[in-house]
Amino acid sequence: MRLVVALTAAVLLASALMYTSFSAADPAISPTQLMHEAQPGRSYELTGVVVAHSVRRDGEVLYFNVADRAGADSVPVAYTGTVPDPFREGREVIVTVERGQGGVFRGERNSLITKCPSKYKTAPPSASGS
Amino acid sequence: MAGLGRACLLLALAVCVYGVAAALHGARRQAATTAGGIPADSWIESSRRAVYALALILTVAIAVLEVAFLRNDFSFSTVADTSSRTTPTIYRAAAIWASQEGSLLLWSWLLSLWSSLMLFLSRRRLRAATPYAIAILLGLAAFFVSLMVFYANPFKILSRVPAEGQGLDPLLRFPTMMIHPPMLYSGYTLAMVPLAFGAGALITRSVDAEWIRATRRFAMASWLFLGVGILLGARWSFAELGWGGYWGWDPVENAALMPWLTGTAFLHSIMIQERRGMLKVWNASLVLATGTLAVMGTFLVRSGVLDSIHAFGASTLGVPFVLLIALLIGGSIYLVVSRRDVLRSEHRLDSLLCRESAFMANNLVLVSLCFVIFWGTYFPLISKAVTGQQASVGPPWFNRYTVPLALILVVLSGLGPVIPWRRATLGAARRHLVWPLVVALSTLVVLLVLGTPGRPAALAMFSAAAFTLSVVAGEVLRGARARMAMAGETMPVAVLGLVRRNRRRYGGYTVHVGIALLFIGVAASSSFQHQTQRGLLPGQSAHVGKYTVRYLRPTATVVNDPQNTGATLDLGAVLEVRAKGRRVTLLRPTEGYYASDEAAQGTVGSLIGGQPVSHISMDAKLGGDIWSAIEPNIHTQEFERVVAAGNRVVPPGRPDEALVALAVAARGYLRHPPAAQFNLITLPLVEWIWLGGIVALLGALIAIWPGPLGLRKRARVLLPSGAPADAPAGDLARA
Repeated sequence: MRLVVALTAAVLLASALMYTSFSAADPAISPTQLMHEAQPGRSYELTGVVVAHSVRRDGEVLYFNVADRAGADSVPVAYTGTVPDPFREGREVIVTVERGQGGVFRGERNSLITKCPSKYKTAPPSASGS
Repeated sequence: MAGLGRACLLLALAVCVYGVAAALHGARRQAATTAGGIPADSWIESSRRAVYALALILTVAIAVLEVAFLRNDFSFSTVADTSSRTTPTIYRAAAIWASQEGSLLLWSWLLSLWSSLMLFLSRRRLRAATPYAIAILLGLAAFFVSLMVFYANPFKILSRVPAEGQGLDPLLRFPTMMIHPPMLYSGYTLAMVPLAFGAGALITRSVDAEWIRATRRFAMASWLFLGVGILLGARWSFAELGWGGYWGWDPVENAALMPWLTGTAFLHSIMIQERRGMLKVWNASLVLATGTLAVMGTFLVRSGVLDSIHAFGASTLGVPFVLLIALLIGGSIYLVVSRRDVLRSEHRLDSLLCRESAFMANNLVLVSLCFVIFWGTYFPLISKAVTGQQASVGPPWFNRYTVPLALILVVLSGLGPVIPWRRATLGAARRHLVWPLVVALSTLVVLLVLGTPGRPAALAMFSAAAFTLSVVAGEVLRGARARMAMAGETMPVAVLGLVRRNRRRYGGYTVHVGIALLFIGVAASSSFQHQTQRGLLPGQSAHVGKYTVRYLRPTATVVNDPQNTGATLDLGAVLEVRAKGRRVTLLRPTEGYYASDEAAQGTVGSLIGGQPVSHISMDAKLGGDIWSAIEPNIHTQEFERVVAAGNRVVPPGRPDEALVALAVAARGYLRHPPAAQFNLITLPLVEWIWLGGIVALLGALIAIWPGPLGLRKRARVLLPSGAPADAPAGDLARA
């Protein structure tokens, strides 16, 4: 009896988790995919590199372009909210965006994350040194 | 010196391998001879000494690295990467754990210290389980030491010694960051001790409560250190990162929270096993899960498998860690399933209304919380496996589940202490719960009458916390009154005497008080905060909540930044905060600019070419904080012109002249300040989070502290076996 109650509760929680997470999650997407696949009204988690000389601030809004790591296509983003300290041109960022007007993607407020720059990355084990 | 460090690592690995072999061999010999009063097997004693030796060797290794950091020995690759002459000395001393290899060394060192402590304390106990526990602890140590030997060597020498290091990441130049990683790692490594002894008890089928009693303090200490680490991390996030939050459901935060939650569940459910011989399967699973989650936490931070502000990029440590975690999970499942015959419960639940069932409910809520967080944290990997596309869930998803679960948890933390063991009567429940219920309801009514805006979850949390606080207050008062009547003590003496005699119980109550205060702070500061982000020129103002914030004047310092973090340039603002026409406070947020090692940026440009870091400024009061951060604009024509001119004029190797040029640029900035971006936040009651955290941690200390020796001896005489030696006297009378 207790086992049945406990298992039912566990199954209910698990299915709620599954349902809500799969329906609410923002798919991670590259700039190229975003350009071709983005549907209006749906938000995406855009990952890419900030294009050099593309950062511009106009009042509260920060404009920048995000490109594929390979560097081919780039999409313009208009973002408001907190800008993390390590945000720079050429760095990899993650930002939640939605298709806006005029081909510009609107960044969700305070959703910008900057990956730590390569300086703090561990070097692959190579023959250098010791 | 690097040679010595390297030799230490190789020796450490050899000692680990020897110790594992000796422990397993000794265990087999011990099992072959009949158990009883025979002296401990010499092989097991030898493996125990191997653990002590490991602690000694790793202490030497970490000392070698520490000396290299303090002496600016840039021939060490890790010193050149994470330290520099301009890094202040206190931060140089803590730079070991800024790098992958240094963190691994710290992990192994702490593991060897805690293992040694446990093995020394239990040298005359737990004879059967000890050799397996030693083998597991040394096996884990061997894993981490081999990572350093084969993948991330902290003693790697550079063939060309640079004149200057790259410096410690400025984001880490913050006082709590010096102790946050050792605290977290202590929590993680302390969790390995109950894991090892729990597994040892399962292997040898000696699953009475003895291993739990022997390792309980370690489980509590692990819980305490993890808690301190989590709090310090939240504090760092709030006071150093420029976003104004203390918790973002970031994978690395979650990684530390998950073992803390299962550890909390464990600390409650072991009381049921100690007292009633129930829930053995559950406890064994919890202790193994806590240890595994602790290893997974380390893995998450060090592998870069998930995106987070802590993601340190691609790492090579993924595969070995996945293997270790698979081994831990597989081994845990095998042990629990194969030993289920001896893990059978000695009693059945007598009634639904008893402390046992309250504890079980608390356990279910805690484990559900952990499961929700686990699902959300690893969801990018799950969705990638299921749909082929990586997707992630954000804070709103987490909050949807964690808020109601946290509410239930706070109510249970009030209910648990007043429901008696085995069977509660309605009359007794009424006596204990009437007043707390009255307090909770009146809190709700008062808040509604005062017209607090409609945030049902926050209001519910305030009432739940009021309930829990008044339950604990009632319990303490009742106990103190009894002592006052019996011994004629005054109130404070009676309360002190009460706590001193029942440390574990009143320590636990204190933790409940702290958690209730913490949740009041979380609910208030998240539900009723105001945020304004605005660009301002000197003289202009912005509104945030009930305050008006005015940008009075810009500030600039070259080299001697006010926070002493080694910033070469520090630009900021003086902000005047007014409410109802009166000045409340002055805030001075700044942004620090740091030197980079990129020569291409020019002699002056490279002085500020590193990563800028926001130094926030806040006015912290018990009623609420006013928080401010600034993002100055140094990309004005005037500023860039001065820097470019400086780059042309100042030759390399003349740092003083470059600084003069920087001072000229800074003066220009002060004379014609461009608009700066401000982030202003008011957070009511946010200080209660830190206050509650400190209270909870004090409570844990009270519970861990060894009881008075005389009392323990007396208890042991009274209770030859079975019952815990340091059980609270009040509970004994009731049991």
